[in-house]
Amino acid sequence: MDRPRIVILGAGVGGTLTANLLAKALPAGAADVTLVDATGLHTYQPGWLYVALDRANAGWLARDVRSLLRDEIDLVIDRAVEIDHAGNRVMLERGGELGYDHLVIATGSHLDEAAVPGFREGANHFYSTAAAERLREALRRFDGGDLVIGVAGLPYKCPVAPLEFAFMVEEQLRKRGLRDRTNIRYLSPINRAFTIETVSTMVEPMLAERGIEVSTFANVETVDPVERRIDTLEGESFHYDLAVLIPQHVGAEVVRKTGLADVQGWLKVDRHTLRVQGTENVYAIGDATDLPISKAGSTAHFEAPVVVEQIVAAITRRAPDEVRSRYGGRVMCFLEVGGGKATMLRFDYDNPPRPPKPSRFWHLAKWGFNRAYWFTLPQGRL
Amino acid sequence: MPTQITTEVDARGSFCPGPLMELIKQVRAAAVDDVIAVLSSDPGSTADIPAWIAKAGHELVDIEREEGYARLIVRKTH
Repeated sequence: MDRPRIVILGAGVGGTLTANLLAKALPAGAADVTLVDATGLHTYQPGWLYVALDRANAGWLARDVRSLLRDEIDLVIDRAVEIDHAGNRVMLERGGELGYDHLVIATGSHLDEAAVPGFREGANHFYSTAAAERLREALRRFDGGDLVIGVAGLPYKCPVAPLEFAFMVEEQLRKRGLRDRTNIRYLSPINRAFTIETVSTMVEPMLAERGIEVSTFANVETVDPVERRIDTLEGESFHYDLAVLIPQHVGAEVVRKTGLADVQGWLKVDRHTLRVQGTENVYAIGDATDLPISKAGSTAHFEAPVVVEQIVAAITRRAPDEVRSRYGGRVMCFLEVGGGKATMLRFDYDNPPRPPKPSRFWHLAKWGFNRAYWFTLPQGRL
Repeated sequence: MPTQITTEVDARGSFCPGPLMELIKQVRAAAVDDVIAVLSSDPGSTADIPAWIAKAGHELVDIEREEGYARLIVRKTH
């Protein structure tokens, strides 16, 4: 009998880690593991924030995926253009196709800057390397005025990022002597500064102390680049000299065409098994799913072993471990609050986060993680 | 006749981004007159969600309280 074929789409955190964990867990020669990625580059996305704020250069953010993979994994650098889930095959842009017995979709989230009128012309953001570098230049040129930070599409990855940006840009402007000439306004999509109440209670006094004004129920609907005005879904308008807005995120084009995703292109998955609804042998992890939890690298990190356990069990003809084959909604992230301090959020479907008081320790832990990332997480060492 | 639900989102156990953000996401993506149901196990949602609906000018059709969660039903009006 032919060896079972496992195909993984996407070489971000979820795809790279899944490939490595599978190769490690399966007996030698038990299956073929193939990872497909359009660019062949793995990007450490949390670094964009630091590039935009002039604290790091973009050089350390991307690496050749091959350098992160175990030798037994086949890497195919090509774009998946169609998933034929009835026929168990994936079609590639250059004309090839890959048959599979198990498919893991880790195609992430993608930006749709055109979704919000005026966004492209009027707003900056830090959700790609190029955009983070453009924002860094815009900040270098900025010499005071109205700085507006907001959210122009839901969902978006790393829900704490705009808040971190607000704290850190305030610090930068103070150090540059521009703070007195700048009004900083934070547009929150909901009725408090952050979605998690305990976190909001912690950060609201810190925002007030630093003179960052918070406007609640403010979801960006349009940007007028001529008048420099942001209009919200709730009917308010705000003037800006520099707008830093989170762009609309959507699922990958290849999954939008499968009929297995919602209108924004997020795959409908079982919240515990991560199996794509309507399929027997297709899983999705990371940003690609429609789960109502954070789109974040840590989500993919905690989901990958759950999918690996189910696939390995199927291939080695044993029952999956009841605990390890079930995702409990676990997410973890750091939150920088400026001044060299940070806190940490850890939660799952059943337990809300109880963030510790912001301290130097968690800031250093985040930096340590940033530095250790390339040698630990994609390889499954964390 | 019961209201016809266009989309239902199960946001139970969602602390981040949370049920209200899930609802706003659905409303943004929906067509006018679509009815969205959001399930939330966060006790704050029964106050937060109606407050956003009032500010954004949509219609709160109903709040059904079940054991351990609430089902909030919203019509997109514009």
